[in-house]
Amino acid sequence: MDRVAIVGASMTQFGQRDGWIRELLAEAGQDCLADADIDGDDLEHLYVSNMASGEFEGQTGIANAVAHDLGALPAYTARIDQTSSSGGAGVYSAWQSVASGASDLTLLIGGEKMTHRTTAEATDVIASLTHPVEYKHGVTLPSFAGLTARRYLHKYDAPRESLGKVAVKNHKNGVDNPHAQFQKEVDLETVMESPIVADPLRLYDFCPITDGSAALLLCPESVASEYTNEYAVISGIGGATDTHVVHERDDPTVMGGVVDSGAIAYEQADLGPDDIDVAELHDMFTILEFLQSEGLGFFEQGEGWKAVENGVTDRDGELPINTSGGLKSKGHPLGASGVAQVYEIYQQLTGNAGPRQVDAETGLACNVGGFGNCVITTIMEAGQ
Amino acid sequence: MSDHEDTATDADDASDDQPPMEAARYPDGTILYPPHPLGPDGEEPVETIDLSVHTATIVTWTSSTATPPGVREPNHLAIVEFHVDGEAVRAIGQLTTDEVEIGDTVEPVYADELRDPEAGIREPDSQSWDGYRFQPVE
Repeated sequence: MDRVAIVGASMTQFGQRDGWIRELLAEAGQDCLADADIDGDDLEHLYVSNMASGEFEGQTGIANAVAHDLGALPAYTARIDQTSSSGGAGVYSAWQSVASGASDLTLLIGGEKMTHRTTAEATDVIASLTHPVEYKHGVTLPSFAGLTARRYLHKYDAPRESLGKVAVKNHKNGVDNPHAQFQKEVDLETVMESPIVADPLRLYDFCPITDGSAALLLCPESVASEYTNEYAVISGIGGATDTHVVHERDDPTVMGGVVDSGAIAYEQADLGPDDIDVAELHDMFTILEFLQSEGLGFFEQGEGWKAVENGVTDRDGELPINTSGGLKSKGHPLGASGVAQVYEIYQQLTGNAGPRQVDAETGLACNVGGFGNCVITTIMEAGQ
Repeated sequence: MSDHEDTATDADDASDDQPPMEAARYPDGTILYPPHPLGPDGEEPVETIDLSVHTATIVTWTSSTATPPGVREPNHLAIVEFHVDGEAVRAIGQLTTDEVEIGDTVEPVYADELRDPEAGIREPDSQSWDGYRFQPVE
């Protein structure tokens, strides 16, 4: 079977941006078309990953809007919403469109405009994904992180500082990412003394609220060379769903969607955790980096924190995690994040990651929606 | 359902409009809170259970300071585990205090409004806003 290749990629500056959602999406889309030297009307499918442009901005119908703005008519278009994993779900839809033969050239753009809202309002928009029995108690995504972190530290006797070291590592990586919202190192003391947000987690355990977008161009591998000499292939992709009600999971320290989506992706790629050279994990909260690195089989259950303590996941470690700076320093424009994760792996596999470059032939991106409610894991290899 | 009378009996010191903390039991014995139309084995529930008459154990807890519009700040929250007829069932809810630890025993106490229904993004009429907070048992 012809594999699906990624032949172009782009990412806007992440942070507080002046543009609204249509402008942000068009910016990444235009850059991606230019990256592959094609026009909008060459596209057959165009997917837009976005969680909540209607709720944040009162702008719906954005897939149609951006298709028009990019001159992509009459390409088939659709918006993909899977909350925080909208980007990964968009990668899945774009991959499907090419793998099925429905499209020979698909553009995916993921983006979100959030910073015009207060933190409380943005938190509420995101918390609206919760079940009524959660929502009425004021449960938020950060509070799920606090609940899970306390359980994890208790169960595995892990030091609180190990979570702080995830933030320190990812901020250090973000210094070399010109697109990152924060290009600034933080030390462990700063993390540990920052204000409590959801006890035991503090401000620096959380990603910021962010505007931004990212885009990918996909085609069959057999025609990849028509667009570029350097490409990557999606060799495995899996999506999986866990309970809507978070407390119904047997073990609060295990994300079933991570485990299941990873297993599908590994099987499809005929690879295992030991074959992965670099990974982008969804560190919306520091605790999530442990849960994903364990769920994906990089480390034993309850041991992920030791890898961070021992430098295994540093950029020069055995398995670099979040070379982009992660959501933690890069920022988390909801619908863009899963696309930007794949953008980073693409840069790594094509040798274009600049000062962030690591030695990698195979990479993995794991995009988490809700609090592990929906997860997409994508495995990529350097094109031949 | 069959537990309805038990609820009325056990809650006789509460006001008449205090509803049960309703969970559902499925044919395979599983109890789920909140109830879902279909259980783990794909079958409909066979009865409802009122968790408000039981005590529970704290599995984990947090105290959230970055709360959305209409939510108290700080908002103390816990995931707790009930044991009903030998079957474990978990629930999430506000705590009455942050003076708690994992493993503590708590009891549900009724609150007629857990957050301001008018302040957040969700349509006020789409769900209920009363429920049970968890209070440590001395």
